[in-house]
Amino acid sequence: MIHFSKEGFDKALEQGGLMMVDFWAAWCGPCRMLGPVVEDLAKQYDGKAIVGKVNVDEEQELAIRYGVMSIPTVIFFKDGKEIDRKVGVMPAGAFTQVLDSNL
Amino acid sequence: MGHDIIVLGGGPAGLAAAVAARGRGKTVLVIGNPWQDSPLARAERVDNYLGLPGQTGAELVGTFRAHAEELGTDFVTGRAISLMAWNGFMVTVVSQVYDGQALILAPGVVRQAKYPGEAEFLGRGVSYCATCDGMLYRNRPVTVVGRSKDAPLEANYLQSIGCQVTYVSAREPEGLDPAIPWVRAGKLAVKGDQTVTALEADGADLPCAGVFILREAVAPTDLLPDLETEGGFIRVDRRMATNLEGVFAAGDCTGLPLQVAKAVGEGHVAALSACEYLDRKQP
Repeated sequence: MIHFSKEGFDKALEQGGLMMVDFWAAWCGPCRMLGPVVEDLAKQYDGKAIVGKVNVDEEQELAIRYGVMSIPTVIFFKDGKEIDRKVGVMPAGAFTQVLDSNL
Repeated sequence: MGHDIIVLGGGPAGLAAAVAARGRGKTVLVIGNPWQDSPLARAERVDNYLGLPGQTGAELVGTFRAHAEELGTDFVTGRAISLMAWNGFMVTVVSQVYDGQALILAPGVVRQAKYPGEAEFLGRGVSYCATCDGMLYRNRPVTVVGRSKDAPLEANYLQSIGCQVTYVSAREPEGLDPAIPWVRAGKLAVKGDQTVTALEADGADLPCAGVFILREAVAPTDLLPDLETEGGFIRVDRRMATNLEGVFAAGDCTGLPLQVAKAVGEGHVAALSACEYLDRKQP
């Protein structure tokens, strides 16, 4: 489970590959609810995809760059480009579906 | 760590469910708006509830509430804004998360058609949670659509963190920060391009980056998108089980008649079914 800074995020994005990034904040209840799901997926997809989190409070630039207007927002990247995003709390299956079809 | 059963709604169905489940030794958390705000509490006189004729609605629901409290039910006052099935169920109220192993839906009838553009721009400027998303709109204009009693407080919160708030409602709000402009309007629509650009209020555009729509309750079908309904009511079987495992429903949300006696009976059955479900799951 990676907690991205802007630098770390950009580096990971440059390396390409499949990425799932959860934009969240501590003050947001639904985000905390989704937290354990994302952590679980990080373990489950270890070595296959990068699963990480961005705290929008600390990394406002990233939140603005990707137009995050509601949290939690989960954005999927492949080869440095956004391929999908899910806004709001969703069951784990909604995320694994995107990951599996892009592995 | 968590409750056995989480009940959404503190009206007759939810309170009857709490009493029945406490009778079976389960821990119960009831999440709901203040009981004084329930539609029943505003009824002048109820004459058809068995054995207790001639009471006001407030007397009846107050008695039900006291009964559930005496039996050790836990209560949280507020609106469930988000729900997830994950090792049981997790429910968010403001910024707190509560968890339980079974869920009983008893929110009453949530009468609320969505505004034009609302669903389309959800997550792209439309939000139901001021505490979650307010920070993302600092220094920008937002409108708050006040459809609940506590909406003015949430508008004040948004203003305090630096959002430029305009409050929109059909009736004059109570407790709104006087620095926040209030627009009286009833016919609303969310407008935008990629993201929200304005809220149309009775024909006039209020330019804004975000629209916070704050209702009394979030509809069960918005909390649980896979929940099956029929004619606008939650579909249940004789055990008050919905199509989702571990989720039961009772009261006005399952259909007509919208009567106290029916709600109480269904709440009782839903609770017994939830207890049976829990006992089967963890013998």
